[in-house]
Amino acid sequence: MTKVMTAAQVAATVRSGMTVGIGGWGSRRKPMALVQALAEAPADDLTIVSYGGPDVGVLCAAGKVRRVVAPFVTLDSIPLEPHFRRARQAGEIEFTEYDEGMFMFGLLAAAHRLPFLPTRAGLGSDVLRVNPELRTVRSPYGDGEELVAVPALTMDVALVHLNRADARGNAQYLGPDPYFDDLYARAAGRCYVSCERLVDPAELLKEGPVQSLLISRSMVAGVVEAPGGAGFTSCEPDYGRDEAAQREYVEDAREQG
Amino acid sequence: MSRADVCVVACAEAFRGDGEILAAGIGGAITVLAARLARLTFEPELLTHDGTCLLTGDVPALGQAPEVVEGWLPFREHLWLVLNGRRHVMLGASQIDRYGNTNISCIGDWTRPKAQLLGVRGAPGNTRCDPTSYWIPRHSKRVFVPEVDLVSGIGTDRGAFELRRVVTDLAVLDFATADGSMRLVSVHPGVSVADVVAATGFELHDICGNVAQTREPTDEELRVLDRLDPGRLRDREVAA
Repeated sequence: MTKVMTAAQVAATVRSGMTVGIGGWGSRRKPMALVQALAEAPADDLTIVSYGGPDVGVLCAAGKVRRVVAPFVTLDSIPLEPHFRRARQAGEIEFTEYDEGMFMFGLLAAAHRLPFLPTRAGLGSDVLRVNPELRTVRSPYGDGEELVAVPALTMDVALVHLNRADARGNAQYLGPDPYFDDLYARAAGRCYVSCERLVDPAELLKEGPVQSLLISRSMVAGVVEAPGGAGFTSCEPDYGRDEAAQREYVEDAREQG
Repeated sequence: MSRADVCVVACAEAFRGDGEILAAGIGGAITVLAARLARLTFEPELLTHDGTCLLTGDVPALGQAPEVVEGWLPFREHLWLVLNGRRHVMLGASQIDRYGNTNISCIGDWTRPKAQLLGVRGAPGNTRCDPTSYWIPRHSKRVFVPEVDLVSGIGTDRGAFELRRVVTDLAVLDFATADGSMRLVSVHPGVSVADVVAATGFELHDICGNVAQTREPTDEELRVLDRLDPGRLRDREVAA
């Protein structure tokens, strides 16, 4: 059975008002080919869940975003993401601003089909002030500690980009950091994987150990072969970040004002 | 010896006594050099990383890959370390108040900011769960404010785990006062107490005329720094 699709076909499955999780971290291994296709598709009013980078910026610039859920939006080597900044400063988007660790617990809760998970991260900070819907829970044990109850970051759709995948959706990362892509796959109703290269299942272990098989086909709805599909963000070891292209992206954003 | 050398050593001193935990510098040459210098001199058990996801077995120069890797530290392990309390991070801040509450999220009203910055990142969890220090390369009233616009990292009045020290281009400050407010510990060579007071937007606790001078790097420390940063990237971060 094949799940191979085009990026446009993936984008066409996204409906207005949906919650879309996007893997990677900052300006690293972002599924930019899928994001670009989504920017060109009709769906809007989206909630984007992301350790944010240019994925968030591209979708903000395309007018697709109602809400961003993120602990940061950055291009890493260029600290501030220009389109996200502009959208925030113009009051065009809503923002759910979480601590990085809180955000991970939201992913973990969704992946485990739990309503929430408790953490200390966020306590005492203005994260609780700017997210008045957040609740705390008290430990039922002797310590009685009060903790933040991070609600599950459940998504309709997750988009991730990995190095290799087979046609049924088994997907492999060959770089040094899995980021949280497996959690996105598990937290979403449907996960779509783009990859640098589609390979036969028998080829998967030729480039990396079994531990590099990050995502199982049981969690994948569609696979897109997209060489360079993380560009201009990094996709180690296939390529690093294209710093010149990233600078150009920022300059273009400035010209658009 | 440059002002940057003094700053690196003052930042490195924040890690003194930390032992076998991750000494993490965030962004820029100074904090990364500080962790590596501390490990190579007075705090040899420290763990240091390469800025991405490797725990380095040796201590490479800035921009160099390690020859020895002693561990794997992807982002999810960083987040685990934070909750587990085995990390001392040296963060930056766009604003800081007298209790060490810091802001890296936005300037102005959060609902529609005048300037959107990074977002809170991991600062809430770092400051709640681990020792945290700050490096602020430009000590000014824009940064040292009476009240921050959004509390990202929490201060001593909001349940911070432990704010160790604040190092700036002018001085070293800490929170070892009865009410946990900021105190001037030392001024760097060539800087006066009046300079620091003039650059700080709130009253510093308990300055009674006996503020020390920040110690100068030893010859050994300068030799180590020259090996770690032969291109003197550190001097670009601090005005001489």
